[in-house]
Amino acid sequence: MSDIPQVELMRMPADAAPRRPTDWKTESMQRRIRRRYAAERRFRLLGLAAVLLSAAFLAFLLIAMLAQGWRGFTRTEIRIEVDFPAMALPLTPAALRGGDADRLLAAAGLEEATIIAAERTLGPGGDRLLSEAAWLTMREAIRDDPSILGRRAVLWLPAADPIDVAAKHAGDPRSEAAYARLRDAGLVRTGFNSTFLRDADATDPAMVGIWGALKGSLLTMLVTLALAFPIGVLSAIYLEEYAPRNRWTDLIEVSINNLAAVPSIIFGLLGLAIFLNTWNLPRSAPLVGGLTLALMTMPVIVIAGRNAIKSVPPSIRDAALGIGASRIQVVFHHVLPLALPGILTGTIIGMARALGETAPLLMIGMRAFIASPPGGLTDPATVLPVQIFLWSDEVGRGFVEKTSAAILVLLAFLLAMNAIAIYLRNRFEQRW
Amino acid sequence: MTDNSLNELAAHQRAQTPRPKMTARGVSVFYGQKQAIKNVSIDVDMDNVTAFIGPSGCGKSTFLRTLNRMNDTIGNARVDGEIRLDGENIYAPEMDVVQLRARVGMVFQKPNPFPKSIYENVAYGPRIHGLAGGKAELDGIVEKSLRRAGLWEEVKDRLSDSGTALSGGQQQRLCIARAIAVDPEVILMDEPASALDPIATAKIEELIHELRGRYAIVIVTHNMQQAARVSQRTAFFHLGELIEYGVTSELFTNPRQERTKDYITGRYG
Repeated sequence: MSDIPQVELMRMPADAAPRRPTDWKTESMQRRIRRRYAAERRFRLLGLAAVLLSAAFLAFLLIAMLAQGWRGFTRTEIRIEVDFPAMALPLTPAALRGGDADRLLAAAGLEEATIIAAERTLGPGGDRLLSEAAWLTMREAIRDDPSILGRRAVLWLPAADPIDVAAKHAGDPRSEAAYARLRDAGLVRTGFNSTFLRDADATDPAMVGIWGALKGSLLTMLVTLALAFPIGVLSAIYLEEYAPRNRWTDLIEVSINNLAAVPSIIFGLLGLAIFLNTWNLPRSAPLVGGLTLALMTMPVIVIAGRNAIKSVPPSIRDAALGIGASRIQVVFHHVLPLALPGILTGTIIGMARALGETAPLLMIGMRAFIASPPGGLTDPATVLPVQIFLWSDEVGRGFVEKTSAAILVLLAFLLAMNAIAIYLRNRFEQRW
Repeated sequence: MTDNSLNELAAHQRAQTPRPKMTARGVSVFYGQKQAIKNVSIDVDMDNVTAFIGPSGCGKSTFLRTLNRMNDTIGNARVDGEIRLDGENIYAPEMDVVQLRARVGMVFQKPNPFPKSIYENVAYGPRIHGLAGGKAELDGIVEKSLRRAGLWEEVKDRLSDSGTALSGGQQQRLCIARAIAVDPEVILMDEPASALDPIATAKIEELIHELRGRYAIVIVTHNMQQAARVSQRTAFFHLGELIEYGVTSELFTNPRQERTKDYITGRYG
């Protein structure tokens, strides 16, 4: 019985020739090796090219914005000498120190006074070299120091938009000539535009400011964060750690995933229908904007949070449960601290998206012309991206650089927000 | 008679006349429709180390986890039958799971220290159960637990280092110290040495010897030599059933069941 298999074994090598060692030096082997090395090199070059291309896009964006935008932070001003006693304005320093200053200043005819002063200093038609809103600067000067009413004073008033553009060597020939005359007379200077960082929207590009939109964005983001972060994190914890696995939780999971993919304008319509029309909350307010953006941001935080919680090793939960920690102690002492960096990453992504969002805010009225910074959550306000959208629509030449400057402010805001989040994330990671 | 043989006799008698700490009667465990444990009745002694052996998937770890209700965390697990700790039914509605797990501690297969300092790892349990009155008392508990786990001399100068920076064997002893720190009555060990090298394994086994008597110890192992070395009583599980349970020396030298014999002689498993 044992003979038969042995005979078969003997016959086997006859079928298949005895195995020779592989010859690694043949031409085909060498070709294969060369091809493999070439593939590696090609892939690495492609990857490098992709990285360089994206870096180039980023550099292009930043350089283009900086080149345009830095001029938005400067303003051209013209030296005007005002002989206040000769103007005979219906104002006295004593009256202005009382409580009635605003009303008195409004009724004092400062607009005409500015035109007269401009014509006296710059000759006939001189007022056209000044911004239409130059009288506001004069008003501020008087309010700040009523004693100038008793003497001749020198004021630097904002130049008209064409002069401002000409000062930056981009104006039409007539304005360029006018600017050259002013410069030769030593009546003009270009300096840092503090108004831009202090004021809100205006009709005259020389007088616009970004502070209104910046503060609007800040308030809106605060509302968004205050709502979306706790709700999102709690939902994520509940769904991962407590909810039973059944049809309902599956349904909720699918809904949240879909919610994260809904176009933002739909959230705007939702905000309009519910927050404004049903709850009668104030229009154009950061409160409503924040609520709307929170709806949009929450699913992103929930998804990122669930993934972060899921990636905490189960052995940690076992360890804590094994020495008698309760569910809530397991979550808050062990799971959440380990998941926090991931949750924060998701929050950064969600908040960055919310910060750049325009469409839903247009629906709830945050595109209105708001000339003063919001004082609180329910005041009318606009936000940075909407302000950029509004300014990019303006015809005035001066708005082009203001738009770029606003984009720079938005980018700076975004970077600051991300920097804070990354700092927090690293801090929590260091604790372990 | 020599002292040694007297001691052996005493140990033998202890193994023969158990003082039950935990008793299981007719315990079955289901995962959904699948029955993982079939009608197991067993006593866990106070003075002895009890080993659960059996081939992979035989349910020994599952049964171990019913003893401190760790199976509660698995959504579709169901436990039938009765398990008593000092006569108290641990599956009774009035039993507090958190307290039960403090009384019945657990050490897992893979060392799983918290990603915190060595001190925090040990202090966490006493802290959440309010076992220490102040910092000094807590320090005392930490030192005592680390000493009992045979780790104090190695880590006393670096208590604030991360527990995860220790070697595998040290991590496992840290986990044992963590379990001891809440002053449990029973310690369940789920293959505590299977992820460790032989030297670290020997230290763990030595430690089990030292802890014996102070705590009732149940150890799951798939290493029969280890079961023979550390335990006084051994239970053999196969396909969710308890096949044989008895004094370790007898079970290994003179198994009563055919399946036990097949397993310990290496026929399968």
